[in-house]
Amino acid sequence: MSIFVDDDTRVVVQGITGGEGKFHAGQMIEYGTNVVAGAVPGKGGQEVAGVPVYDTVDEAVEAENADASVIFVPPAFAGDAIFEALDTDLDLAVAITEGIPTQDMAKVNKRLTETDTRLIGPNCPGIITPGEAKLGILPGNIFADGNVGLVSRSGTLTYQVVDNLTERGLGQSTAIGIGGDPIIGTSFIDALEAFEADGDTDAVVMCGEIGGEDEEQAAKFIGEHMDTPVAGFIAGRTAPPGKRMGHAGAIVSGSGTGTAQSKIDALNDAGVPVGDTPEEVADHVEDFL
Amino acid sequence: MKLHEHQAKTIFADAGIPVPDSRLATTVDEALDAVDEIGYPAAIKAQVHVGGRGKAGGIKIATDREEAEQYAEEILGMDLKGYTVDSVLVEAGVDFVDELYVGVTMDRGAGEPVLMVSTEGGVNIEEVAEETPDAIAREHVDPAFGLHPYQARKVVYEAGVDADVALDVASILTTLYDLYEENDASEIEVNPVMITGDRDVIAADAVMNIDEDALFRQPELAELAEESYEDDLERKAGEYGFDYVRLSGNVGIIGNGAGLVMTTLDLVDYYGGKPANFLDIGGGAKAERVTKALDMVFSDPNVDSVVFNIFGGITRGDEVAKGINEALAEFDEIPKPVVVRLAGTNAEEGMEILNTDLIEVEETLEDAVQRAVKNAEEVTQ
Repeated sequence: MSIFVDDDTRVVVQGITGGEGKFHAGQMIEYGTNVVAGAVPGKGGQEVAGVPVYDTVDEAVEAENADASVIFVPPAFAGDAIFEALDTDLDLAVAITEGIPTQDMAKVNKRLTETDTRLIGPNCPGIITPGEAKLGILPGNIFADGNVGLVSRSGTLTYQVVDNLTERGLGQSTAIGIGGDPIIGTSFIDALEAFEADGDTDAVVMCGEIGGEDEEQAAKFIGEHMDTPVAGFIAGRTAPPGKRMGHAGAIVSGSGTGTAQSKIDALNDAGVPVGDTPEEVADHVEDFL
Repeated sequence: MKLHEHQAKTIFADAGIPVPDSRLATTVDEALDAVDEIGYPAAIKAQVHVGGRGKAGGIKIATDREEAEQYAEEILGMDLKGYTVDSVLVEAGVDFVDELYVGVTMDRGAGEPVLMVSTEGGVNIEEVAEETPDAIAREHVDPAFGLHPYQARKVVYEAGVDADVALDVASILTTLYDLYEENDASEIEVNPVMITGDRDVIAADAVMNIDEDALFRQPELAELAEESYEDDLERKAGEYGFDYVRLSGNVGIIGNGAGLVMTTLDLVDYYGGKPANFLDIGGGAKAERVTKALDMVFSDPNVDSVVFNIFGGITRGDEVAKGINEALAEFDEIPKPVVVRLAGTNAEEGMEILNTDLIEVEETLEDAVQRAVKNAEEVTQ
């Protein structure tokens, strides 16, 4: 078992004719993902990475029974692309695009409350269930099938931690990058809740970073609702206030909210050990299992 | 991206929000010309992106020409929390009886904009929020519909603003929300809004931050962004398209992906070093960007040692190695010790071609950071 994606997931790639879309559609297919179509306005009838391209997501769903989408559309048009995915009633939309204006995402966020579609991202590496499917840009070769769930706000930090886990033989059930933007679809709590309900996930790693209060809320959730053990990591302990550390959402406010320490304290209070280094995170997971 | 007070006030004034009469000055003579036109009392205000300017001595009230000259001399060129003051805003003093706080910002947790009003203006609003959160009235706005004018009135009355000026304050708030939407602002704050003895309502300060991700559709604001870099290295990073933040230590850090670069900074600190910068070269970086990144960090006089940490997803280790080799080809001797760690996509291919005559290589993140910290210690000894 796994969460959100498996080998039955049928994927349409929005933006498949662009450089990144094309490359990663190929990579996803190579990994074994069921990529069934592409959707790009004006490019209907073409074939890219061996799959047919349609002008709209609606047509792709109609013709190929797609139930999930991966979005590689430039920031100026990505908000619109997410709306298209939501309005087509897909089960899942994964938005990889970095740099979508926050006010566009506020409108998307509003629509999310009115649909059953799950959005992962934006500004995220995607989601992978090792050996079954990957939707996004994660490097498939570092993952291994197993029973550790992973949820993270960052891409490359996820790879680092996964590498530490896989090297010790600790495979993953599903790994999700939820994205580094201030407004995102799937939250830590959504992912943790799904891991808790997944019979094949026996331990969870949660990688947070400075900015906002999602980690604090997730800590509360873990304390109150989870039996599955969770190990944590928080990036940005040395970040100065008021500076955006790469991710649009990674900023400690001038008044001192969103600090790493506040998140580490909240996790510790919920009984979650927080590693000082990625290696230590793997140590904690090893202790759990 | 932060706008300067004078830039934000120009936007306010154009939208019809009352602001005090003011002139921008870059020399003492210009400042004196400005006070001659405006009269006394006049505020001389440093135009730098630093909070708490008043407390730090960046805002002074002149009651005559002699004082104006003295304050302009003091403030122009002064160092305010690490930033040099290049210009001052000379502004007519407002004789006020009351000060309010009003603002519009994105509530991350709710995913919606929120209006905020407090009658405890003129002071540090963060402290008010911390100590007496009830002193700030809040109203969330549905981003799909935009602001209904009644919401501005509701939050103003809820905050307890005097009835005779409440509608004027609500009108300012409505305009601020329009500006927030039109300009893709992430935050607009007026602290204080001053109420005069004649019951006029005036925006006496202006904070306006713009969503950097929206600058592609805000060309005029993007031009202001060009002018607003206050640090040569930050300007250079902007030109190269790097995410860069300058810090106070001496270990230079280059990596890919925000979370991993932050983690590398944290590990430098954990192993007893001090990070000099955050530099994210981004995903899929090609050799040329790697060369530019090394060039940037080498040119920072504060950097004594460099750690270069790449975990390839879309970024390929062989491209990174090529970039490092090209950057090093310029040197017979390396200007600062560099430790490289490559992992992930094509890392092995990268390690094979990497020219290790001038650099050190480590296999794990932890080892690479510890070695860079040690190198920095040796340089400073």
